Amino acid sequence: MMDHTVKAFDEDITRLRGLIAEMGGLAEVAVHEAIDAMVRGDKKLGDEVVARDKKLDALETEVDKLAVRIIALRAPLADDLREVIAALKIAGVVERIGDYAKNIAKRVSRIEKRQHFEPLTLLPTMAELAAEMVHDVLTAYAARDPELALEVIAADNKVDAFYDSIFRNLVSHMVEDPKTISTAAQLLFVAKNIERIGDHATNVAEMVHFAATGDYPPDDDS
Amino acid sequence: MNPAQIFFWPAIVLAAVTSASLGFSGLAFPLALLLFVIWSASIWILAREPNDQRFLSDEEPAASAVTIAESMAAMIEHSGTPQLLTKGARITVANKAARSVLGNHIMGQDPRVALRHPEAISLMDSAEHGEAIVSGLVRRRDIWRLSRHVLDEDYAVIELLNRTSEADIDRAHTDFVANASHELRTPLASIIGYAETLRENPGELDTETAAKFLKTIHREARRLQSLVNDLMSLSRIEAEKHEQPAKPVDYSALVERASRDAAGADRTGRIILDVVGGLRVAGDSQQLEQLVRNLVDNALKYGAPEGQVSISLDAGPNDNARLTVSDEGEGIPPEHLPHLTRRFYRTDPGRSRASGGTGLGLAIVKHIVERHRGRLEIDSVLGKGTSVIARIPMLAAEKE
Repeated sequence: MMDHTVKAFDEDITRLRGLIAEMGGLAEVAVHEAIDAMVRGDKKLGDEVVARDKKLDALETEVDKLAVRIIALRAPLADDLREVIAALKIAGVVERIGDYAKNIAKRVSRIEKRQHFEPLTLLPTMAELAAEMVHDVLTAYAARDPELALEVIAADNKVDAFYDSIFRNLVSHMVEDPKTISTAAQLLFVAKNIERIGDHATNVAEMVHFAATGDYPPDDDS
Repeated sequence: MNPAQIFFWPAIVLAAVTSASLGFSGLAFPLALLLFVIWSASIWILAREPNDQRFLSDEEPAASAVTIAESMAAMIEHSGTPQLLTKGARITVANKAARSVLGNHIMGQDPRVALRHPEAISLMDSAEHGEAIVSGLVRRRDIWRLSRHVLDEDYAVIELLNRTSEADIDRAHTDFVANASHELRTPLASIIGYAETLRENPGELDTETAAKFLKTIHREARRLQSLVNDLMSLSRIEAEKHEQPAKPVDYSALVERASRDAAGADRTGRIILDVVGGLRVAGDSQQLEQLVRNLVDNALKYGAPEGQVSISLDAGPNDNARLTVSDEGEGIPPEHLPHLTRRFYRTDPGRSRASGGTGLGLAIVKHIVERHRGRLEIDSVLGKGTSVIARIPMLAAEKE
């Protein structure tokens, strides 16, 4: 990036980007730990994830304040304005990702008979894909790399495919053995949450692409 | 120019005149010469030393914070470990390794952009020196140890150490123990089972069945024994792997002898030896014998049942003694080739166990070759056969 004449503006933008990165790091770890807690039935780890979400909320507020302050005091234009607006929106989305992770973590204690459940072995792979999307999209944001953003958008198809297969799998479990319905339904929500994490990562990728190029990426969803 | 330099030549002349006049006025000539030498040497040292010191101290006050950061950047640029210098909430210097790991964009950014893991961030927020273990920093499941040193209220250095391979080694150790226990338990299970049957039904079993049972017990006990032997030699070779053996060994004679040993009386007809005489290597003769025995035994066991095994030894390029053991078996599928030297790796577990293999033979071979600073190559063509080539550096040929 070119240096700005007003050094204070530069400082503010750098701080904004730092805050977004921090939020992203928290969200990424939350996704990993939530799914770990889910697979191992580790209630303590789940509670930690839930507790840590507060930090994410606080950071989002900080980003909001800083962004508003930058706009009010410095009246940025062109790519500077795009940058601030993108940061504002990305912070909201990353906070949502953290919420989904929290939601997964909350369900840890409601899963019964976890050893006998095949979808529980599929979920971590799916979650890992989604967490990797979150990781990559944040790298794309930090590097202003529209190519990497497009890769993240492409990766969402894999997460969706996973979701479909887990959905079918869980439904067949419910049909075979009605006793598993409550657990299967919980896992269905977990899978849905992971799928939403992937969607939100895609949203961020689109914003990154926008902030970097000024265009939204071509929509190939049909 | 400093005063010591200006007065250098006059001082030398004064020393020469004084020594000469002392010499003429009756002092012994060597003594006068010695006086002159010591005197002029001391003048020379005086003229030199302050000069060098001056040169440095003249420059120093001009150095500002910018040049400190620049010289720091130049210093760490080519270091293999990723290092960052931060000033306040900015990365001011990132060396080449750091840029390749974290991306070129991190320059001038908030360090949180580069290291956004919560643990790393809490490390950077503290005002003290500290360390943190962070996973998934760059790629999935990698493990990095970050250490941060605070230089003053502005500057801090962050160093990143990749610990992924160490974690891998830990896992490899656990895997090895698990594999080894599994391998040890399998023969024990048959030994105990058959022994119990024999003990609990005395007289009920006819002698033929009993003999069969005893034979199985014996075979399994033998397998256990060879497994333990292999494990022991493997750990011994591993322990010594850093010291290259230095004793000269007549490799040609050793290869011939060990090949015949491995073939034994009943299989000796199947081997074809083609050994160039007089090749000598620096090595451990016991381990080299084991190397040859394992290779020949493998070729005989896993090659075609009555096929020929050719063993050739010659002087290869780069002064290496090249030992080639080829069989006419069915070959090894290419996807197995990279894993063959792993412990307990088997392309066909059933057949390997049936023929009494321990799964350690090639692992031992690899370690022996490595200890002798050699190279091991395995070429295999499906349907044609497999050749294993071991190259070991030769000693210079001795004149007969």
